[in-house]
Amino acid sequence: MRHIISVLVENKFGVLSRVAGLFSGRGYNIESLSVNTTHDPRFSVMTIVTSGDERIIEQIIKQLRKLINVIKVRDVTPMDHIEREMMLVKVHATSKTRPDIFNIINTFRGKVVDITGDSLIVEITGTDDKNKAFIKVLEPYGIIEVIKTGFVAIARGSKATPDYSKTS
Amino acid sequence: MKTGAEILVECLKRENVEVIFGYPGGVLLGIYDTLFDADIKHILPRHEQGGIHAADGYARATGKVGVCMATSGPGATNLVTGITNAYMDSVPLVVFTGQVPTSLIGGDAFQEADIIGITRPIVKHSYLIKDIKELAPSIREAFYIARTGRPGPVVIDLPKDVVASKTKFKYPEKVELLGYNPNYEGHPMQIKKLLKTLEGAKKPVIYMGGGVRISEAHKELLEFVEKINLPVVSSFMGLGGFPGDHPNFIGWLGMHGNYASNMAMTETDFIIAIGTRFSDRSTGRLDGFAPHAKIAHIDIDPASISKNVVIDIPIVGDCKVVLNQILKYIGSYDWEKRKKDRENWLAQIKAWDSEHPFSYKPSKKIIKPQFVVEKIYEVTKGDAIICTEVGQNQMWAGQFYRFKDPRQFISSGGLGTMGFGFPAAIGAKIGRPDKEVFDIAGDGSFLMNMQEICTAVQYRVGVKVAILNNKFLGMIRQWQNLFFNNRYSYSCLECQPDFLKLAESYGCPAFRAEKPEDVEPILREAMKIKDLPVLMDFVVDREENVFPMVPAGAALNEMILGD
Repeated sequence: MRHIISVLVENKFGVLSRVAGLFSGRGYNIESLSVNTTHDPRFSVMTIVTSGDERIIEQIIKQLRKLINVIKVRDVTPMDHIEREMMLVKVHATSKTRPDIFNIINTFRGKVVDITGDSLIVEITGTDDKNKAFIKVLEPYGIIEVIKTGFVAIARGSKATPDYSKTS
Repeated sequence: MKTGAEILVECLKRENVEVIFGYPGGVLLGIYDTLFDADIKHILPRHEQGGIHAADGYARATGKVGVCMATSGPGATNLVTGITNAYMDSVPLVVFTGQVPTSLIGGDAFQEADIIGITRPIVKHSYLIKDIKELAPSIREAFYIARTGRPGPVVIDLPKDVVASKTKFKYPEKVELLGYNPNYEGHPMQIKKLLKTLEGAKKPVIYMGGGVRISEAHKELLEFVEKINLPVVSSFMGLGGFPGDHPNFIGWLGMHGNYASNMAMTETDFIIAIGTRFSDRSTGRLDGFAPHAKIAHIDIDPASISKNVVIDIPIVGDCKVVLNQILKYIGSYDWEKRKKDRENWLAQIKAWDSEHPFSYKPSKKIIKPQFVVEKIYEVTKGDAIICTEVGQNQMWAGQFYRFKDPRQFISSGGLGTMGFGFPAAIGAKIGRPDKEVFDIAGDGSFLMNMQEICTAVQYRVGVKVAILNNKFLGMIRQWQNLFFNNRYSYSCLECQPDFLKLAESYGCPAFRAEKPEDVEPILREAMKIKDLPVLMDFVVDREENVFPMVPAGAALNEMILGD
């Protein structure tokens, strides 16, 4: 099953390789990983999408918690949460097909960020399902390139996803 | 203002470091110049691998943090096996490596290696010191991390220019790490659940591991066991955590454990696992492991719980602390109710043991390796620190020596490192000069780090090396014998040095025994030599196998019992 793990880490060099190395060294798969600093520059959050049965996910979480630079680990999947991924999609678009493509982009609430005579680039943000559906309907026109940021996820409500209120 | 080198030495003093096992090199010269006047003992091994294994043996024998040092590049990479070895067996080490100057890092400089990258999967934590201001706090943290929680190795990489620069020395009083707070106390609810389940169990077993020895929980365990009359099965790494000659001690389980232990684990209805990680060598085939049992597991490392075997009652905590908690609550339960069941159960296990004890066919003509271990047990009165190499020698040492002290048995359990035993014995003897220290060795393993004879002679370290010499990689030969149709593919060590001449060339006294009647006199002779290492070459039965044996992929009760 697909899981989204949110990992609050110290913002120090080498931490990403420790986290990524843990996955590769123990044979776990990373489907997507996105990382950046939080509003507090001492910390970063990594959002890791992985998959596995309950025992594997439990091991991943426990092994992550063992890393000294890792402060909090949360499995976001069972929480009521928002998840987003941004894609830039470059697609063939002639003057003939362009109106149709624009319609699709509007329906998916995407944004055209570049146009040439025979192609355009769309910026689109959404859940995994939405993004996949978008790619699927665009495929017949000829997709040239897709680039994705990887997922970020945040729990709904007033509490922080990995509660780092005690870290200051 | 102090230089990095001076800060390093000062920090080591604050951490009460008595001895460093180190090998100098270009980038370490500044540090070595400072060490020259420092009041810290420094041991120069003949290979960095020997140095780190010695630090490891020292740590296991004393319970202190072992410290070793090596230069950048090849010096550092020679430590990799030793770091992994310590990581697998949860041994506290602080490992200092030299690094090229920060201005050269990344440029493929002479003797440059990304040791932080190389060792990342085999350390508890590591530091690349980029700023002299980080040095003292990092060393402080490193010792704290190495020795607390589940112990392990910590690497500190020291670029040459950083060590040469200066700053004001301040040793942090407290260590505060946001992401590291080991949990020592078990959850009371879970402990009560454990006791409640134990109260109703008919065939309970204590399954203890290396964690009992590391946290020195042996007294608490003994009290717990005696109060309720429980059988104790040990993992290989647990040996010594419970007295080997105690009537409740059953033996050790797993691949070369005893019949009774493996049968007890198969029949039990409740396992209390303490400080063990359910290694594959212990459990055998997982779907056949303890099929009737509920399992409680006490361990300081949450990730060890339910990693290999699903646990019913998880208790995260330090073995000693949790056992004390158990002893506190123990009076509230009715232990009379199942007393008779437990007695019958213990009797059943004892009967298994008398049916198939550890045994071998004695011979008057040829030396049996097991006989040598038995004689070592006799002449040392069961009181020596026993280090082992890896393979048959290691298994026979575990089978035929009875350990009673938690720091008495030193063996590479997790990684199975050939060449570990001898340098580890040197480290152990340096840490515990009051104890007789033996390395029970195979000829193959001993050849891997034999250069350390030189170290032992130079520092007059009185370790005893007993080579069970069968001119084979014995355990490999055994597997080829049992599972590969006697095709002894490259496991024969026909070409060997004359171990006596080899030892003597280093100035190390040496003896050889070729007949059973020579074994004891040679051991007694060796025991008289106190301030030099002694090498004993026991020419043993070449085709002796270790039994019982649970073949790889079999369940614990599917043992090959041998003759």
